[in-house]
Amino acid sequence: MDYLFFPGCSLEFTSRGYDKSSRAVAEALGCVLKDLPDWNCCGATSYMSIRELRSHGLSARNLALAEAEGASELITVCSACYTVLNKTNDYISEMPDFAQKIRTALASAGLKYDGTVRVRHLLDVIVNDIGLEAVNEKVVKPLTGMKVACYYGCQLTRPHGRFDDPEYPQTLDLLVEALGATPVDYPLKAKCCGAMVVSTQRNDLLPLVDALLGAALEAQADCIVTPCPLCHFNLEFYQDDVNRQLGADYKIPIHYFTQLIGLALGLDVRELGFGLELIPSENLISVYAGK
Amino acid sequence: MTRKELVSQSISSKAKLKAEELCKIFLEEIRRIPDGERVDLCIQCGTCSGSCPTASLMDYSPREIIAALRAGLLDRVLMSNTVWLCTSCYYCTVRCPQRIKFPDIMYELKRLGSEYGYFPKKAKAPVMANIFINLVDELGRNHEGNLMMRYYLKTGLADAFRNAGRGFKLYTNGRISPRGSRIKGIDQLRKIREALAPFDVHKKKEAP
Repeated sequence: MDYLFFPGCSLEFTSRGYDKSSRAVAEALGCVLKDLPDWNCCGATSYMSIRELRSHGLSARNLALAEAEGASELITVCSACYTVLNKTNDYISEMPDFAQKIRTALASAGLKYDGTVRVRHLLDVIVNDIGLEAVNEKVVKPLTGMKVACYYGCQLTRPHGRFDDPEYPQTLDLLVEALGATPVDYPLKAKCCGAMVVSTQRNDLLPLVDALLGAALEAQADCIVTPCPLCHFNLEFYQDDVNRQLGADYKIPIHYFTQLIGLALGLDVRELGFGLELIPSENLISVYAGK
Repeated sequence: MTRKELVSQSISSKAKLKAEELCKIFLEEIRRIPDGERVDLCIQCGTCSGSCPTASLMDYSPREIIAALRAGLLDRVLMSNTVWLCTSCYYCTVRCPQRIKFPDIMYELKRLGSEYGYFPKKAKAPVMANIFINLVDELGRNHEGNLMMRYYLKTGLADAFRNAGRGFKLYTNGRISPRGSRIKGIDQLRKIREALAPFDVHKKKEAP
């Protein structure tokens, strides 16, 4: 099956490994991710902080483009894109006045949107469309013995999430289990990593990153796995600062959930973007990587 | 003297009256955002503050912000780091018994504060947000390398040096690039922006 794909800005550069692994895994599972042509930034939290309706206008163009492609669904792998696109979509369907303003604006750019596109996260597609059994059947290198902290972060389930619990999500744990790995008990799995605020108030926010890493270490996890590019970046990039400033000594590899799937499916590790990370993971990965 | 005391001392009694007026305007604007009118339903239970990952860093907790709005003391909140510490994690939203969308109120306070000049002048978050917007308006996408470069140039190079080692590794791994490309439909985005801009301007423009 083909899915229309909204990669989002992070996937072009900092989350290149997420981009590679998402496409490789989707293909191995029998679906193709076809890029939404000429997509634009969803606006994330920063645009919304200064301009409200114009921020929704950014999302609306993407939704209109997806509808014009004849797609009923738009798939993203970024939790922020997922939330922002869903938010605009929800407001369009719930609030006629809001929808009217957006439609008028789209019309001025020669676009239209009837509200028929459903925004979904790839994790949802893999677990609920393809199914855990089908994934499990395709596993050639079970990740037996690998202990994984499944970190969901915030915006995958809150407040516009559609497929898992906002307080105690489990989708990712079940998926990791289907790959043969062991999800550890990770009580902070839906807590906040600090998001964009870490980049502007690093010192204040480092304790949040520290708590997430500390809980993973305590649970003796071999790695942390996440479905969000920003969670990935914060946990990976600022691990060094946590070590230097808070006197810790973490060396916890952070991976995208798609990388773990690909590993279990026996895909080439380079195709999955392994090796691009800041925190070395060879010791963990080489155990399972196929020849 | 703590930051809180400093802020309260700097507000004269005359300014307090003005602050009350400010709160009236802001409350009105907040009621206009989707589900914004629910702010009136707050029962001050504090679930938001207890759920907030950054409440301990805020000069005023989420619950106190709504209290300040009602008491006409919002200027203190806006001049502190509080609203810019909201990470939009939405814990408060899913737990609020009155279904108040608190992060959306924080967004509105960030916007109004920026517009009326009520924001902490040394805070870096508004700088980052504005650079982000300019970049997306220019290219149609956020280009992280460019974003950080502009941010460092505006806020000082100390952070850039500090991150240099890791940044270089990201660069050699192709995870940061100095160049980003512009989308083809940049003109469509401009038109959409222009059509929506009038609605983003708040009714009473001049500060009280």
